[in-house]
Amino acid sequence: MNKFKIILNGIITENPTFVLLLGMCPTLATTSSAMNGMSMGLATMFVLICSNIVISLIKDIVPDKVRIPCYIVVIATFVTILQMCMEAYVPDLYESLGLFIPLIVVNCIVLGRAEAFAAKNNAFDSMLDGVGIGIGFTIALTILGSVRELLGTGKIFNIGIYPEQYGSLIFVLAPGAFIALGYLIAIVNKLKTK
Amino acid sequence: MITYISIFITAIFVNNIVLAQFLGICPFLGVSKKVSTATGMGAAVAFVMTIATICTYLLQKYLLDAFGIGFMQTIVFILVIAALVQMVEIILKKVSPPLYQALGVFLPLITTNCTILGIAILAIDCANLLEAVVYAISTALGYALAMVLFAGIREQLSTTKVPAAMQGIPIALVVAGLLALAFMGFAGIKIG
Repeated sequence: MNKFKIILNGIITENPTFVLLLGMCPTLATTSSAMNGMSMGLATMFVLICSNIVISLIKDIVPDKVRIPCYIVVIATFVTILQMCMEAYVPDLYESLGLFIPLIVVNCIVLGRAEAFAAKNNAFDSMLDGVGIGIGFTIALTILGSVRELLGTGKIFNIGIYPEQYGSLIFVLAPGAFIALGYLIAIVNKLKTK
Repeated sequence: MITYISIFITAIFVNNIVLAQFLGICPFLGVSKKVSTATGMGAAVAFVMTIATICTYLLQKYLLDAFGIGFMQTIVFILVIAALVQMVEIILKKVSPPLYQALGVFLPLITTNCTILGIAILAIDCANLLEAVVYAISTALGYALAMVLFAGIREQLSTTKVPAAMQGIPIALVVAGLLALAFMGFAGIKIG
């Protein structure tokens, strides 16, 4: 497969959030602002790229029967590394993403790509796949975060677009997450059928 | 006693795990098309969550904290949970076939259900084991409640006309949003 195509595949054709509908929990929980959404996307991308590379390197050594536990240990290792780095260098962000950093372990996107792509392809292609899916996830989270932040507080990335009192706070809170994502997926569906 | 009642009410209504904390969304959307499957999944989650929380709580206090290796938390917990789910499956199959029949299909799905790991991590902050257990059970009840309510609405929804682009997941998400809006009415309730 064309190298460029692998990356593009993750961003558009198999966009994890809008097309495959994977990893819904962090998508909904961490997108209360564009900044948080983007950080979560980048954090997941880091784990995705590292675990994809390692898993594609060890795929021939690991017996088929115990491959899932092995993959989970690899993923959990990188999540722990990420957790420690974030706690040390960006404590504010670590605080606001909170529980959802350790929960990257059970994010179905990461294990899904390990199983669907990294276990069948070489290390370089797997890395590209990680980059593509990671970018796709980051873009989706940033869009959802921006929509919610704009509708909720009138800002995107903390830059004011319209006065804050016209925003409806509900979009920053839990119900707004579900509704905004529902409509975004509906828009994507509409564009796909055209 | 009042502490336990407070934990119970908060975990079910005020801080509902699905509708306020966004954990376990995948099974919430995936297996909620029928009330019967939603009930089965809810029961399976309650079962595993309670056992998993007891195990991880004891491990954290007597192994990780005792030896100062708290950074291993994520790796240890996910392995314990994965092993536990397998074990519960094997034991149930032998000891109680009817229960296995009811919960069996849902058990393999539970390892990657983020509610279990999430609650195991959150329960560490509880003051003692009993509090952690009450917290786990009531959170699981809240999960089952949200699942059953949502499945009930989706059963009705399947007979109505929905615009083509909104069919399936999008309309389900909007419904979940409205349900979350209803649960927001419980916000601010305080006991004790």
